[in-house]
Amino acid sequence: MTGNSPAVVSASKLDLTFQTNDGPVRALSNVDLTIGKGEFVSFIGPSGCGKTTLLRVIADLEKPTSGTISVNGMTPEQAREKRAYGYVFQAAALFPWRTIERNVALPLEIIGLSQAEQAERIKRTMELVNLSGFEKKYPWQLSGGMQQRASIARALAFDADLLLMDEPFGALDEIVRDHLNEQLLDLWGRTNKTICFVTHSIPEAVYLSTRIVVMSPRPGRVTDIIESTLPSKRPLDIRETPEFLAIAARVRDGLRAGHSYDD
Amino acid sequence: MDSFRSKIFPVTAILAGVVVLWYVFAVILNAPFQRDLDSRANETPGVVEFVGKTLAQPKPTLPAPHQVAVNFFENTFLRSVTSNRSLVYNAWVTLSSTLLGFAFGTALGIVIAVGIVHVATLDRSLMPWIIASQTIPILAVAPMIIVVLAAVGITGLIPKALISTYLSFFPVAVGMVKGLRSPELMHLDLMHTYNASRSQTFWKLRVPASVPFLFTSMKVAVAASLVGAIVGELPTGAVAGIGAKLLAGAYYSQTVDIWSALVAGSIVAALLVMVVGIAGRLVDRAMGGRPA
Repeated sequence: MTGNSPAVVSASKLDLTFQTNDGPVRALSNVDLTIGKGEFVSFIGPSGCGKTTLLRVIADLEKPTSGTISVNGMTPEQAREKRAYGYVFQAAALFPWRTIERNVALPLEIIGLSQAEQAERIKRTMELVNLSGFEKKYPWQLSGGMQQRASIARALAFDADLLLMDEPFGALDEIVRDHLNEQLLDLWGRTNKTICFVTHSIPEAVYLSTRIVVMSPRPGRVTDIIESTLPSKRPLDIRETPEFLAIAARVRDGLRAGHSYDD
Repeated sequence: MDSFRSKIFPVTAILAGVVVLWYVFAVILNAPFQRDLDSRANETPGVVEFVGKTLAQPKPTLPAPHQVAVNFFENTFLRSVTSNRSLVYNAWVTLSSTLLGFAFGTALGIVIAVGIVHVATLDRSLMPWIIASQTIPILAVAPMIIVVLAAVGITGLIPKALISTYLSFFPVAVGMVKGLRSPELMHLDLMHTYNASRSQTFWKLRVPASVPFLFTSMKVAVAASLVGAIVGELPTGAVAGIGAKLLAGAYYSQTVDIWSALVAGSIVAALLVMVVGIAGRLVDRAMGGRPA
């Protein structure tokens, strides 16, 4: 999958060290990674393994200490200036003083789209995340799952081909999470976007991804990259199949090899 | 019933306690002068009569609550509002400079806060001076402001309003610095991912996020403005205003007048704070605030 399509993200020998009061912390160490167009790549690992940091480097929210990284063939900064990606945070991060549709309109206002264009994009993305009818509600009037769907709509609204998602469903209960996982896969299938997805849930990573990047802490590094053999059509009960369980076991092995289960 | 139990009852209980204490102290404080009067007139009144007299002196050391109430009622409702003895008239004079000073102060406070949040040099250079400005006793500064401005030909409303400004810009500046810096990191990161300009981040994120802080600080500022306006009336030899009433009362030992002017001032302050509070709630509602 990676070989024949142009690289959306390409990192080599990526290092990032944070200077903290307790001395330097190596958040990323010698990370090599290529993500092709249309892939769904999950980053999994225990906290402190640098998965969020890696996503933030791709998004130009952090600068690497050394190594090279390109996004759509540009530096992350140029890519950000060209609005190459949509970013979904751990929390919905909606502006409480804006209605849902005004929240979705926020990036469109910043880009400077016309009112008509904004209305059309809002309508389309609200349908995409099944939130039609909630346009005029304020964030507090929606459940946590709906809020996170609104924030996904906001990230989709300006039509970037790359979607960066940082544990978007981490704060939601499992039932809502299953539902949103299903919807996200459906959305990915329909839009053909490239998705980078940070999670600490093995079933979530295996269910969603075409590729799973297993990471380990101290220093944050990539220990294994697993290609998924699951078909692209994935009903929720695929999670009980032997094939699924085998991939999950490989992920767990990868985590264990990286000492993620050590005390 | 619920609001009676939770709000009205406790407040009324405290009020009743204060009134009782007030009467007790009125008797105690007015007693020496009354004894003096009685001994000179060679009278030996009974306890009830004596207490009655201490509560009915024309220029008592501490006027009784009912004396203040009667004086307040007469000077508020029974006088033409254009009479300079009317508390409504005097309150209006003070209110007009309070409002002007409050408007100046709020505007100045916001401008300073925007400067401090956006220019690192201002953050370091201006903030200490702003804090220092508030440690100078306003009573010392007020006459100088009046005199200096009079020397350049500015008299009347503006000098008083400027003293209000001096007191009211501070809470607004401090509150707005906090408010403009209140957006969470995640919201700032979000704007960064959109490659939003500084002015876009300011207008679309910092300003709306600061609105609750603005109204909280405006409540403090409006009360400070009133204090400033009253203080501003003291050294000006102002002929009208709550401050002028206080000063005249002190000159002629009209203690009852002083107290009723004080009551008028408190009512104006309470009304101002209430109006700002209601405005804050309306704005909050308009910005999608969750009803409490």
